[in-house]
Amino acid sequence: MLAWTIYISFLGAAAMFLLPKGSAAAARILALLTAVAGFAIALTAFAQHRTGEMLTVTRVPWIPSLGIEYHLAADGISLTLILLTGVIAITGILFSWNIEDRAKEFFGFYLLLIGAVYGVFLSYDLFLLFVFYEIVIIPKYFLIAIWGSTRREYGAMKLALYSFVGSAMVLIGLIAAYVVAGSRSMSLGDLAGYSFSPHFQMLAFPLVFVGFAILAGLWPFHTWAPTGHVAAPTAASMLLAGVVMKLGAYGCLRVAMTLFPLGLAPWGHHVLGLGSWRDVFAILAVIGIIYGALVALVQKDFKFVIGYSSVSHMGFILLGLMTLNQIGISGAVVQMFSHGILAGLLFAVVGRMVYSRTHTRELAILGPMNLNQAIPFAAVAFVIAGMASMGLPGFSGFVAELMILIGAWHAFPMLAVCVGIGIVIGVVYVWRAMQKAFFADTRTESVPPDHPLPPISFPERLGAVILIATSVLIGIYPQLLLNIIVPALNSPMFDGLRKGSWQ
Amino acid sequence: MNAINYAQLLQLAMPQVIVVATALIVMAIDLLALKQSATRIRFSVAASLASIGCIAAIISILSAPAPANILDGMLIANPLTHLVQIALLVLTIFTLLLSVDSKFTEHVGEFVLLILVATAGMMFLVGSQDLLVIFISLELLSLSLYILAAFNKRSLQSWEAALKYFLFGGMSAAFLLFGFSLLYGLSNSTSLVNIAAAVHGPALNPLLVIAIVTTAIGLGFKVAAAPFHFWAPDVYQGAPAPSAAFIASGSKVASFFILFQLVAVGFAGAEGTAALPHFVRGWVPVIALMSALSMLLGNLVAIAQTSLRRLIAYSAIAHAGYMLLAIVAHSQQSLAALLYYVITYALGTIGTFAVIGIVEEQKGSDQLSSFDGLGRQAPILSFCLSIFILSLAGIPPLAGFFGKFLLFVTVLKSTPGSVGLIWLVVLAIAMSAVSLYYYLRVLKRMYVTPPVAESTYIQSPALSQALVLILAGTVILFGCAPHLLLRGIQAAIEASGL
Repeated sequence: MLAWTIYISFLGAAAMFLLPKGSAAAARILALLTAVAGFAIALTAFAQHRTGEMLTVTRVPWIPSLGIEYHLAADGISLTLILLTGVIAITGILFSWNIEDRAKEFFGFYLLLIGAVYGVFLSYDLFLLFVFYEIVIIPKYFLIAIWGSTRREYGAMKLALYSFVGSAMVLIGLIAAYVVAGSRSMSLGDLAGYSFSPHFQMLAFPLVFVGFAILAGLWPFHTWAPTGHVAAPTAASMLLAGVVMKLGAYGCLRVAMTLFPLGLAPWGHHVLGLGSWRDVFAILAVIGIIYGALVALVQKDFKFVIGYSSVSHMGFILLGLMTLNQIGISGAVVQMFSHGILAGLLFAVVGRMVYSRTHTRELAILGPMNLNQAIPFAAVAFVIAGMASMGLPGFSGFVAELMILIGAWHAFPMLAVCVGIGIVIGVVYVWRAMQKAFFADTRTESVPPDHPLPPISFPERLGAVILIATSVLIGIYPQLLLNIIVPALNSPMFDGLRKGSWQ
Repeated sequence: MNAINYAQLLQLAMPQVIVVATALIVMAIDLLALKQSATRIRFSVAASLASIGCIAAIISILSAPAPANILDGMLIANPLTHLVQIALLVLTIFTLLLSVDSKFTEHVGEFVLLILVATAGMMFLVGSQDLLVIFISLELLSLSLYILAAFNKRSLQSWEAALKYFLFGGMSAAFLLFGFSLLYGLSNSTSLVNIAAAVHGPALNPLLVIAIVTTAIGLGFKVAAAPFHFWAPDVYQGAPAPSAAFIASGSKVASFFILFQLVAVGFAGAEGTAALPHFVRGWVPVIALMSALSMLLGNLVAIAQTSLRRLIAYSAIAHAGYMLLAIVAHSQQSLAALLYYVITYALGTIGTFAVIGIVEEQKGSDQLSSFDGLGRQAPILSFCLSIFILSLAGIPPLAGFFGKFLLFVTVLKSTPGSVGLIWLVVLAIAMSAVSLYYYLRVLKRMYVTPPVAESTYIQSPALSQALVLILAGTVILFGCAPHLLLRGIQAAIEASGL
């Protein structure tokens, strides 16, 4: 049943081409129905799946001579992310209700992207996973290049090339692993069960990890993210930050770390004080957290603030993965979900509620418009999203970051202190952006916008409410996710990781 | 030596005989009966007759007894050669049907005749393990292709391309013949199997080294591998679209197959290795070098192209580089990978040229700017073109992706216990990441850039459009279900025991 999340999205995308010309409203409704159907399937599976262990959804031979199977399966981690995809898909469409230009194609590419994302999260066969992972690239290129704004063609091409370079690295690692393991099967379980030599793992792990981490915004390979997010139309920014970056983080955990657990083991000697790949990536993640926050602090463009905040928050995920303890990794998965929701909300406020009304994202120009009076709903939504993003208790971000911090405290006490600094800067940049954009000093000459801003429409309100409610729900009752994430992490698939260096 | 059994010879060469006879019949009918008719009618009649001939040849191949081998490999027939010959005939049919709507010539009979003769040449080429027959059929193929490249008499570019092709081709044929003569001197035989027995030894004979290099030059030219690629951009750009499609597809399939046979059978025992960290002299390092050069040069130069045909030409050089990897690996599985790759590549290339031909017809140029906004002017054509281009770029789930995947896997597998060839695979994958840039630029032209003149729908001829759709469907089908083709190839290789 869960497999239908993929098929239904692809069918929806195909149906877009059959719609008559110029029927934007029909396209919107069709897209929304498709997304809701996908979400409903995901939610049903989530509700039925109480144990978190790996359950096979579909398994048929695909290319028997190479041992490749069409094998879909889901465990607690995949289900969490599938649920996230469902929520983001629906709200993304709600926030694209104003797309009129080539709407059919827009929603066609959109659903294609969503379907491929579902596919990545559901794939158990690594060949299949890679196929879906690459299908993602093309629709996101077009979504940005056709419907984007600032420097869209540059941003789109940069994004596509970074993704492709990352997936090329992954491909090299996967092919090497497949051949070394005797080229009998591409199934995740079989490959993870094969004991690769420590030397091979030391080489393959960083290759595959970085390949995926490029898409997760690992510093210093993060530069596609701010430009891509800024250039993208609102729905595409939401998808990019909300789910596509999670594909990278998911790949790091599911593929790189599961297949090559010994790649995380100490090298046996120290280079610049670093003793293993684990140290290297943990340091890079922390640099990402602080660097992203610092750069967000000085941006003039509202959307760039959010773009860099994404880099910062993705650093938390990668750090959580590198802690290698249960609380840290579970925290990373919860953070994937939480950041997906919050980044979606932030981009929706900035891109849809503010930018499509004011046609500017310059904080200095937005300030005098008195937006807290003109569009109060946007101001409220942003304040809530900002609070959640800072990590205030009661929101999902708090739970996730706390878990990651505890994990980091066990693993790297020094780095945990640095992360604390990153969190403080996080508060500052959100505060600064909030104040400059919505609550600028009204004693200065107030310049009303040259045209009355249209009120916030119903789809926007609905989308914002869904996202906020989800974040609060997880913030108040994180066990909802943890109940299936923790058993998934204790499953035999992560045995190698546990035996290797699990603490 | 046994007396030649002419009946068996005729039986073995029956498919080729059918193709040549069809060629003569088509020309006769065209010149005698249809001289006064419109070009399109003449093309329709000629192409359909020729296609029927090709289908008859396919049937005759399917019903032929296999395996057979006469005169020490002068003519051989086994499931593998049959498979390649059928693939060639199918590609020929596509080319013929595509030319129906073209307007570049009035010499319809001659055009179709040349395509069929070239096809016969290719069929002899793949069905032989004898130096003499290989050389003669290669020349039969090449000479026909030179004329086909020059067939648009109104276009100076076409002349120039053909002249360049001819001059380079003549030179490479000389190299090839020189290499063959050395091989004959070394082994006193023209049969590949005997040559392999003679050259087999621990130390490489210097003469053999020369023979290897000159052979590589001669066939490197045919497959357009760097640094023997100079003809390709001009021919791809100047030749009429059907000729270019034919040169880029059928001739590639045949040349790669025979290159594989020649080095893997003829030079067995003189392989050497290109695996790091130690190179060993032999033919493998030569091919590996050509492959690395082609991948680098093809992909990097393609970035700078402004004409789609030239871009496809450089991308063809790059793809020749990938395919040479299969020859470096020279295992049974890599032959399967090579055939899968080259056949699906050929199908996609024919489709690409078909679309280029239609657009050129309407807009008068193949510059990338002519493709601005094509997505709105001709939605179906541009959808198909994007399928072909994304397949070239190796995006799943299209055939190009699986071809690359299989190729890289077999290359790594060919050196059991070590991953010494990984440097070539890394280079190939890195270069295919580069290639996405220029392929995406083409897609960007079609879907992102607005058209110059406000939407005029492009009228595409129904037959060409149907063919393009079929080709795009095949590319998707073989990508989603690679086993359909791969199973046949593997079974044929298994049965022929190459």
